[in-house]
Amino acid sequence: MTRTITLRVNGKEHTVEVPVQRLLIDCLRYDLGLTGTKEGCSVGVCGACTVLMDGQMISSCLTLAILADGAELRTVEGLAQEDGTLSPVQQAFIDHGGFQCGICTPGMVTAATALLEANPQPSEDDIKEWMMGNLCRCTGYYKIIASIQAAAAQRRGEAVS
Amino acid sequence: MNPFNYHTPETQEEALALLHEHGDSAKLMAGGTALVIMMKQRLVVPETLISLHRLRGLTAVQETNGTLQLGALLTHRAAETAPLVRAHLPVLAETYRRVATVRIRNVATVGGALAHADPNQDPPVTLLALDAQVQLASVGGNRTVPLTDFFTDYYETMLRPDELLTAIRVPIPPSHTGSVYVKFLPRTADDYATVGVAATVQVDPATGTCQDCRIALGSVGSTPLRAQQAEAVVRGQRLTPELLREAGAVAQQQTDPISDTRGSADYKRAMAGVFVRRALEQAWQQALATPS
Repeated sequence: MTRTITLRVNGKEHTVEVPVQRLLIDCLRYDLGLTGTKEGCSVGVCGACTVLMDGQMISSCLTLAILADGAELRTVEGLAQEDGTLSPVQQAFIDHGGFQCGICTPGMVTAATALLEANPQPSEDDIKEWMMGNLCRCTGYYKIIASIQAAAAQRRGEAVS
Repeated sequence: MNPFNYHTPETQEEALALLHEHGDSAKLMAGGTALVIMMKQRLVVPETLISLHRLRGLTAVQETNGTLQLGALLTHRAAETAPLVRAHLPVLAETYRRVATVRIRNVATVGGALAHADPNQDPPVTLLALDAQVQLASVGGNRTVPLTDFFTDYYETMLRPDELLTAIRVPIPPSHTGSVYVKFLPRTADDYATVGVAATVQVDPATGTCQDCRIALGSVGSTPLRAQQAEAVVRGQRLTPELLREAGAVAQQQTDPISDTRGSADYKRAMAGVFVRRALEQAWQQALATPS
């Protein structure tokens, strides 16, 4: 049983035929070749597969691809500008050491992007509550929080310390 | 995951007609955060999947005649942030906020969570203590059921195969009432509780005695529980440490937890007593502090 679905991913429209039970993470990675989004736990806990669907962050491992028919999606591939200039969040993760092994990073920067769009001036507690669903086994989180704070300051046009 | 026939009704009538046609062989999917995991694990293998994500309506929050009504397809995040919920039932907004993570709350719906009937969830506990009701619809008509009658066993409810849960109705508590939800989380903040307790206490402002109270517990039985025997201990009494201890002791006798990674059965039972005591005291103090 298959369905033909149309989805806009990072501004580009794709029409694909997928089995009804196809998960969005697999559709992105295997049907569209967008392998930036990672699969970690497969049960919606770790946040590695975080993407934005119609502006809301979701777990692409818990979402059927057919549910994204007609939706607007953003993945880690769509965060930088077309000329390759990194977004403030991506640059801040590099500048402040917000990652080590990198498997959680696509989900981290995508979730942090959604946070700053919803709340441009998050407190440290706001950051911790929002990012609670994105697990990192390397950094101990402090540098991730520092990266997001720096990105928030950058977006507001403040000098980055 | 196994394939399935797939339907996306756009109205409640279409959804009910599909349920009527497919009955037990169909599964309704709202947010899907729980159902998709069960389908991946092949614990649930529906022949037909009816997704409600295109259904218009059932997302409103309304206040009428002292009752707050939440549409079943409201997401947890929307319930947590809705001004009407925060104004009239802050304890309920706060309970929704304690569920999993923002990413899950963006998708999981308030009605879907009740129909899923996982006894470890937070919102059913607070909703039981608030004396909520659920509205069920089918081709044959509608009925309203107290939440105390709704849950029947692990992941089992009294919903018939052709019924759709359409709304949750919560009476707004009278003045001089305190309501709290306390969640005991020894592991991580997004985990299920070892035990969760909600309590509402209404006091006589002149004397401070308890006029009415409801106590509910989660994660300590095959369904969320109302501790009615403990409530009877408390009604008509004044707040004393001895009374709180007695209420906790009576409530924990009603629990039937299982041993798992969140604690042994004995530990959970003991913690149920402790957290009933704490929840009651906090709700009572809140009620006493209400300005006249």
